Amino acid sequence: MSEIVHEKKKDRKIARVALVLALLVASCLLVYAVDLLLRPKYMGEVTEGVLTAEYYESKGRHQVLFVGDCEVYENFSTVQLWREFGINSFIRGGAQQLVWQSYYLLEDALRYETPDVVVFNVLSLMYNEPQNEAYNRMALDGMRWSASKWNAIKASMCEGESMIEYIFPLLRYHSRWNELTSDDFKYWFTKDTVSFNGYYLRTEIMPAGAMPPPKPLADPKFGDYAMAYLDLMTQLCKEKGIKLVLIKSPSLYPHWYEEWDAQMVEYAKENDLLYINMLDIAEDEIGIDYSLDTYDAGLHMNVTGAEKCSSYLGKILVEKYGIKSAKDDPDLSEYWSEVEQRYDTAKNINNL
Amino acid sequence: MLFTSYEFIGFVILLVALYYVLPKKVKWPLLLLGSYVFYYFAGWKFLFYIFAVTVITYVAGLLISRNKVRADARFAELKALEKSGSGSPEEVGKEARKRYKEAQKKKRRRMMTIGIVLALGILAVVKYTNFTIHNINGVLLAFGSTKRLGFLTIALPMGISFYTFQAVSYVIDVYRDRHEAQKNFFKYALFVSFFPQLVQGPISRYGDLSKELFTPHKFSGRVLERGLQRVIWGYFKKVVIADRILTAVNSLINTPETYKGAYVFLVMMFYALELYADFTGGIDITIGIAEMLGIPMKENFERPFFSKNIAEYWRRWHITMGTWFTDYIFYPISVSGPMLKLSKWSRKHLGEKVGKRLPVYLASFIVWFTTGIWHGASWNFIVWGLGNFVVIMISQELEPLYRRFHKKFNTDGSTAYKSFQVGRTILLMSALRLFDCYRDVPLTFKMFGTMFTTWNWNTLGNGTLLRLGLVRSDYVILGLGTIVLFVVSMIGRSGSVRDKMEKKMPLPARWGIFTLLVLVILVFGAYGQGYDAAQFIYNQF
Repeated sequence: MSEIVHEKKKDRKIARVALVLALLVASCLLVYAVDLLLRPKYMGEVTEGVLTAEYYESKGRHQVLFVGDCEVYENFSTVQLWREFGINSFIRGGAQQLVWQSYYLLEDALRYETPDVVVFNVLSLMYNEPQNEAYNRMALDGMRWSASKWNAIKASMCEGESMIEYIFPLLRYHSRWNELTSDDFKYWFTKDTVSFNGYYLRTEIMPAGAMPPPKPLADPKFGDYAMAYLDLMTQLCKEKGIKLVLIKSPSLYPHWYEEWDAQMVEYAKENDLLYINMLDIAEDEIGIDYSLDTYDAGLHMNVTGAEKCSSYLGKILVEKYGIKSAKDDPDLSEYWSEVEQRYDTAKNINNL
Repeated sequence: MLFTSYEFIGFVILLVALYYVLPKKVKWPLLLLGSYVFYYFAGWKFLFYIFAVTVITYVAGLLISRNKVRADARFAELKALEKSGSGSPEEVGKEARKRYKEAQKKKRRRMMTIGIVLALGILAVVKYTNFTIHNINGVLLAFGSTKRLGFLTIALPMGISFYTFQAVSYVIDVYRDRHEAQKNFFKYALFVSFFPQLVQGPISRYGDLSKELFTPHKFSGRVLERGLQRVIWGYFKKVVIADRILTAVNSLINTPETYKGAYVFLVMMFYALELYADFTGGIDITIGIAEMLGIPMKENFERPFFSKNIAEYWRRWHITMGTWFTDYIFYPISVSGPMLKLSKWSRKHLGEKVGKRLPVYLASFIVWFTTGIWHGASWNFIVWGLGNFVVIMISQELEPLYRRFHKKFNTDGSTAYKSFQVGRTILLMSALRLFDCYRDVPLTFKMFGTMFTTWNWNTLGNGTLLRLGLVRSDYVILGLGTIVLFVVSMIGRSGSVRDKMEKKMPLPARWGIFTLLVLVILVFGAYGQGYDAAQFIYNQF
């Protein structure tokens, strides 16, 4: 008799624990759903915030991986690289993506694959300290959790930011409840793909005009913090047998100083790296027409400018590093044909 | 480590988890360690003060207790000697024993006084030195002197007023033989430093807290649930209501030249709500955390805004502080030798009626002066304290008049009259709190006056409210939050809301309600970037 009572008691206890666990899971799911609702969707005018996450949706091993700021994700067309050279590439770039963010995004990517070449745009070396929370968020929120993300956040946090708000974004975005739009509900659980393997296509044309005169540099040398991360990137690529290519994209602003260029030339020489200053050869060798190939008066390329930059760089990658066409991979070809279709549609919408 | 910081929440989760995981023996030492870690984060230099107060009062308590034990033993010995006829009546007789007892009591009183003076001395130095210097400089200026005393740079250690009072009450209670002194220094240190109450009380008594504090509690889902419910409710009040309305209160009081007249009334109402939500929210968090650890604490509030007069209000607001002042200041002063003499004298010379009241009023005056200065080393707090005294005294003096009025108009006990009383108390308390808001006595009087001289009520609806740092949706949240507060208070009038929920609701329903409350806090709380993390108001006292 007492055994039956004991068993019943035990059963009741198990049932209660199960109930508590079920309630806990339900509560967590509810909080998570609210968290997703309140996170910025980046599906309107500002879409850069989704670029980082799109990397995980792309297909196949990327032969070339770009890392850097807007001067890569707007100035190089991955579609052009595929079409012309059969290169499967991806751009892990974000708005004002700082060098340490590029480093950790690369480190994160190397958890999944080992590309042949990594292309890094060096403009972000001008920043030696965290800059802006909004850009941090756009670059880092989309990263999958790993030691790389943790370290990227630690390296990037501005004053007032805290790690816990990255771990639980609801703590950061909770006050968006009174800014919610129909887009927040539309993209609550799923989002549209915005980029073309990290390339952010722009079709508008705005001829380059006069740029503000360059401000005198207080210190012509890049900061130690930034350079330390470039060193880490160089070391990481060497360890993994990856060729690192340093580029300065052909954007006219922010001004690229001669002193900075000289440092890059020196650095590339010291580390046996290829450094291409595309700004110097933009018009003569790449064929950039700054009256047609930029969408914002010379700051970034539009799609025609990006295609020219890609053609130029692709040729170097094939000739110098022997990157082979991957078009004979049926899965990749199928994937890229979908991307191309989207790409052409986006171009045609704007009659280009 | 603010109660509303992520670090604090993480700290509490870790501490509660460790408390139930670790063996019985280390449970209270863990709480001591946790308390000192918590205090360390407030500023490592502040550890010195709490440690010093702990050592002083521990030693005082121990000496008093030892003396008492020794004196009792000797007394019994003397009695036995007299019984056996061994000693002379001069040495062991009733009179000799009485003399001995008195002498030992005097000795203990001296020990207590030294302990109290030293402990309060630390509080006085860190809290009141600059206030004293400020006043001395004022006097020097008034007498045309050009000499000025320099101010000291002393940071006010977190919660010093609370833990000093707690430690002082321990020494007095040992002296009064309410309980024995704690022999284990570390256990006593835990009593003084128990972290949830360090920030803003409640001011616990050793006799109430010690047993449960040192008992190793077993894990209980029910205990954890109830504690957590209380903590969540506290965060709702603090983060959703108090910290949201804070922006508007600050805007109003920081630009008094702009916000006069009707806006002063708004300050009264907004600040009353902010202070209530802030302080009771903080106490809910404190008591809730202690409950999660299986340690019950004294309640500090009993729906004070339902009070019908100010005296009642003070019996229901910050209860542990009120009873502290009553037990350790009011009663001792009332029955002190000089006061009894004054009572006798005044009865003889001023008549029975006045003579009876004079000592009581004098003791009350001292209590309210002390209450004021305890809240802050500035005249606005002293005037605020004395303002309370004046209102309470007037109200007592008018008592016969009230009685005649009720008899004539048969109003006593009617709902309408009760509502009037409650409204009157809220208005009076809120008006007195203006001293706390403006922190300047002449300015407070001036601003109070503008309510009657500047007639600008019509401007309240012209969008000015939206220039106080809050948008429409903030006011909606505040409105709804206040309704929830009111409804919960109403339900709580007939007993604990949590008890009622436990009896009437199955676990999933209770869970659902508190999950919703957590979501409300997470989404609508005024915390994180874009909001200034606000310290608890009582943290500053």
